Amino acid sequence: MLGLVVLSLALITGYFRESSGGTVHNLQSTGTKVLHPFQVAADQVALPFRDLADWASSLSSARNENRALRTQVDDLRRQLVINQTAAQENTRLRGLLAYVDGPSFPAGYRSVAVTVIARAPSEFDQRITISAGSDSGLRLHDPVVTEEGLVGQVTKVAATAAQVTLVTDGTFAVSVLDLASSATGIVRHGRAGSDTLVLDRVTKDQVVTPGDPVVTAGWRYGNLASLFPRGIPFGTVSSVGQIDTDLYKQIQVQPLVDVSALHSVIVLVKKSVSESATGAAQGAGG
Amino acid sequence: MIDGVKALVLLCVVAVLQTAAFSDVQILGGTPDVVLVVLIGVALLRGPVTGALAGFLAGLVLDVATLDTPGVTSLLLVLVGYWVGRYGETFAHDRQPGATLAVVAMTVVYAIAALALRAVLGESPSPRLVLVDHLFPSLALNALVGVPAFWLCRRIFRPLGGPERYAGSAGGSSSGGETEFVG
Repeated sequence: MLGLVVLSLALITGYFRESSGGTVHNLQSTGTKVLHPFQVAADQVALPFRDLADWASSLSSARNENRALRTQVDDLRRQLVINQTAAQENTRLRGLLAYVDGPSFPAGYRSVAVTVIARAPSEFDQRITISAGSDSGLRLHDPVVTEEGLVGQVTKVAATAAQVTLVTDGTFAVSVLDLASSATGIVRHGRAGSDTLVLDRVTKDQVVTPGDPVVTAGWRYGNLASLFPRGIPFGTVSSVGQIDTDLYKQIQVQPLVDVSALHSVIVLVKKSVSESATGAAQGAGG
Repeated sequence: MIDGVKALVLLCVVAVLQTAAFSDVQILGGTPDVVLVVLIGVALLRGPVTGALAGFLAGLVLDVATLDTPGVTSLLLVLVGYWVGRYGETFAHDRQPGATLAVVAMTVVYAIAALALRAVLGESPSPRLVLVDHLFPSLALNALVGVPAFWLCRRIFRPLGGPERYAGSAGGSSSGGETEFVG
């Protein structure tokens, strides 16, 4: 028993002390490769049961959800017309200004659709393992999204798998923009031990209201740039408050994505300059 | 020996299933930890050495499958396997109430130990999330899963009978100290 404890401690120590190309990392990468087919097979076996459970749980709420979604569709149709008009005007004005932009979402990124093959068994790890790695072009810190919004970022990459740290993890932080007020701040976990997400660094002069949509800010300052491109939907403001002694507003944010029910996600891999140029040319031609 | 191999294979399979399927199951905010439950069943029926070995291997599979720090889950499950094995030898070798008690106690101990270890390693899991929001549903789920899991373990690993235990005791720790029996 003592030997196994020492071996475990040696693995932990070795893993922390060595670089990402060290022996323990390589062994883990090899182990992941070996386990990969078994994980995919287990996922496929579990899929019908999962679908059945999803179907059963959705039955009870289907009627209310349908009513709410119909109302939402009407609202979104109206919003779409306004947005299309604004987008056309934006394109025209950018053309007039010869505006040079950085990598933007989604045009500057190639999307890699992947399956979630493993989820940590405990609540300690707000992380998932996905079925693609460096062999598919994934790199460290690539943003991970679903059709609803930001999910997290790639934090470890093996050849055939990668680990994604979710937005709900205590170590996660992202700079965001409130679309309604243009206020910028950083979404992160509240005080240590808390499980709520707060929008920090928003000064009191900004007018932020509950329900405001929040997207990634995608800032750039010299050689430094945010890991996330501008415009990925993140969540909505759920509450706003302020106290006299604090410099900043106290804002809580509700993420759009339900990270407890992720089965597949999209990794955004930044296009190379040549890929971007080809895409732009095709876009112009189309 | 054959039982040991069976235990290791069983825990590996369960660990893969845990990451691929069982961790997706969320009921009232809790997730069943089938690896922990099956490990407790194996350790109760086969003693501390098999329990510790199976715990180490299952932890390693979990750490590798989730690309987590290797050794963290192994360390925790080695201790769980060993202690439950010792408990099984002394009090509740193959009885369901004893198994359920072990599952409940170890779910709580495991959560606290994991929280402490993660904090030492510089991670900051939310204590409220782990010990309040998720612990009680997970406790209930683990206790529920424990019934069929222990039944399965008993089918795979025939409980050691009285004479076998006494034979083990007579020979001191001839089988790795797994068959010491008191009472």
